[in-house]
Amino acid sequence: MIPTLGHFALALALAIAAAQAVIGLFGPMLRDRILLRAAPALAIAQFLMLGAAFAALVWAGVVSDFTVRNVAEFSSSTTPLFYRITGTWGNHDGSMLLWCLILSLCGATVGVFGTNIPSSLRSRVLGVLGLVSGGFLLFTLTVSDPFRRIWPPPLHGAGVNPILQDPGLAVHPPILYTGYVGFSIAFAFAVAALIEGRVDAAWGRWVRPWTLVSWVFLTAGICFGSLWSYYTLGWGGFWFWDPVENVALLPWLTGTALIHSAIVVEKREALKTWSVLLAIATFSLSLCGTFLVRSGLLNSVHAFAASPNQGLFILVLLALTIGGSLLLFAFRAPGLAATGVFAPVSREGALILNNIFLCVIAAVVFTGTMYPPFVDLLFGLQLSVGAPFYDQAVLPLTAPLILAMAVGPMLPWKRGAIGPALAKIWYGAVLALIVFAFVLFRGHAIAALGLAGAAWVIVGALVDLAERVRLFRVPPGQSFARLFTLPRAQVGAALGHLGFGVTVLGIAGMTLRVHTVTVLHPGQSVDLGGYRWTLDRISPAQGPNYQARRATITVTRHGRLVMTMRPERRFFTAQKVKTVAAAIRTNGVRNMFATFAGEDNSGGGEFRFNVHPFAPEIWLGGLIMALGGAISLSDRRFRVGAPVRSKLRKPAGSATV
Amino acid sequence: MMSRKKRRLWIVVACGIGLSSAVALMLVAFRSSLSFFLSPQQVLAKRPAPGMVFRLGGIVQAGTVVMGTRDGKPYTTFRITDGQTAIPVVFTGVLPGLFRQGQGVVTIGAMTRGDREFVASTVLAKHGASYMPRDVEMALRKAGKWNPKFGPPPNAAAWDDKSPRAIEADSKG
Repeated sequence: MIPTLGHFALALALAIAAAQAVIGLFGPMLRDRILLRAAPALAIAQFLMLGAAFAALVWAGVVSDFTVRNVAEFSSSTTPLFYRITGTWGNHDGSMLLWCLILSLCGATVGVFGTNIPSSLRSRVLGVLGLVSGGFLLFTLTVSDPFRRIWPPPLHGAGVNPILQDPGLAVHPPILYTGYVGFSIAFAFAVAALIEGRVDAAWGRWVRPWTLVSWVFLTAGICFGSLWSYYTLGWGGFWFWDPVENVALLPWLTGTALIHSAIVVEKREALKTWSVLLAIATFSLSLCGTFLVRSGLLNSVHAFAASPNQGLFILVLLALTIGGSLLLFAFRAPGLAATGVFAPVSREGALILNNIFLCVIAAVVFTGTMYPPFVDLLFGLQLSVGAPFYDQAVLPLTAPLILAMAVGPMLPWKRGAIGPALAKIWYGAVLALIVFAFVLFRGHAIAALGLAGAAWVIVGALVDLAERVRLFRVPPGQSFARLFTLPRAQVGAALGHLGFGVTVLGIAGMTLRVHTVTVLHPGQSVDLGGYRWTLDRISPAQGPNYQARRATITVTRHGRLVMTMRPERRFFTAQKVKTVAAAIRTNGVRNMFATFAGEDNSGGGEFRFNVHPFAPEIWLGGLIMALGGAISLSDRRFRVGAPVRSKLRKPAGSATV
Repeated sequence: MMSRKKRRLWIVVACGIGLSSAVALMLVAFRSSLSFFLSPQQVLAKRPAPGMVFRLGGIVQAGTVVMGTRDGKPYTTFRITDGQTAIPVVFTGVLPGLFRQGQGVVTIGAMTRGDREFVASTVLAKHGASYMPRDVEMALRKAGKWNPKFGPPPNAAAWDDKSPRAIEADSKG
């Protein structure tokens, strides 16, 4: 009964989305006041319907209603309650529904909070969102229906994939999807602005917070995904350059470029056409990210098994959305002229440099990801582009980005000079050189470069913040007080850069990792990374729906006990699948990582031990970046200063802040 | 302050430098890090040079997995088959949890001298029990052993026998 209601709510949501698209897009043309007010109401209604549909699917999972195919195939009566809930989006059809739910949530947020946006622009934005939403709801309802029923229902479900039976599944997909889908708002704003034929500072100010929200979620989502793969896959890899990771990175790169270029639009009314294009590109890449994986075109760890007609449907949807918006851009963009002027060495110049390099990196990653399917299509050759390609092509391109990152925030708007900016951060350069020389001396060239870059960026961000609070030039108490009266966008930006530096530190530190693979019998030990790892015993253990073999390993240093680690091997009885649960201990600046890989007949166990210096900083940096974005979002001008469109064009240069 | 034309020129020059360096880097990286996928049959046909890294994929032939230790490190030997030919593989290290007989796997490594065996540096078997890596699926399809149009992959136990009839009989029973 409940799943049927859910299915009905889904169909109703499609009808509402269609109405939202038509009324939203044509309402402003008719200048009808009621039609203009209808779009936000429809957006909220669409969200409520999809919320009901999603709740119905979760309900079916919770009560184990095996007449729903989605539940029967991806849940079972022995699955713990938590995973019966998260299992809802742990498969293709359910995750599609979650995707549509978040898209409608975006529309509803614009409907509720977008009261300061002119009603015609808001109506068009919601119209565009309704159009996109309608397309994907049609897809969900026709070829990827999460409520499809089976009869007779199986007695026990097939159970959730053991790898997905992890708290990561509760966090990673919803956050990542919010990030992906959130860019739909920037996209809708861009398309609506193209329809209206007007992009100005106010536009930049409306678009930036929405973009920032999705950027924060995308950053956190990628971060959690990387952490999940780190502890799940059992050998401590945090980034594989797998196609799915790449397609999540692509919108992150262009989205990062967009939040920087939108600042220039907002403050200086320049880079308008470019920002509109970036907004379109970012959402297009998000769509590609979600759907190329599902279409079966890309060969990946995350691949959902999908039927061929789904792939075709998706490709048509993608072509319509991306092609349509680019066509509109081609017609309307020439009318959007820039007004602000500036010199190459200036804040604007630095932000342009940032945009160029972020987009070039995105282009490289895109090429590497799309090359294999194209070669397969054209020449029938099956090849793969592995991690070495990205390491060689992407890492050199991040170098200028890292160099410019510390200097950029020091430059004034319009016109600046490199000299005074460098004078402020000379100790950053000195520290970077010392780190470089020290690590190089110990024989790690790549790590030396990475750690030096990290030191440079971190010092640059700290100096930026210190300059703004006038540290050491006014009494410390006053500096501290200034920290809270500063525009929060500036604190957020400095934190964002700081977080990036910390992530670089973590990634560079990981190149210094050591590991060993060994077979131990109880009582035997092995030395690694200055620690002695001793196997005490191997004992059986029991989980909710799995049986485990648990190894107890004591780690000592110079004879003193440091920690006890308990890695496990789990056997899931329903699916007959073995998984490895690693034991990870951290002290904040290095991780100890032990996996128990197998047992031989003589009572010995196969182990993989790792010491990962600076590994926690990879994700800590990501979280600092997301936090920076969130703080920036609470800036006064987004909370209080309702942006108002200027009637007259401002004289060039008066908009500096 | 510079004119709009001059500024545009600067931007175009900067974009040009960025893009051309990216293209150069990509071409260099492509030359050294593209790896081909070969099925056991293709290995016999093309005879890749010893030391050339490629990806070998297929089904782990049942009854061929032997595990042991060498110098205190675990090593495994097994054979990868596409139903027509089988290639012996040696792997030193920890196998992924989903590795088992009859499972589709992709291994990365190179042939030793004299085409005797494939030394794998990585074994990928990340997928669920019913999942077949796409490259392996294509290889099986080319070998005429399995077409996804006609149902699920043949039973794992059948893969130690190379005759199509045995596979058919097994999947029926």
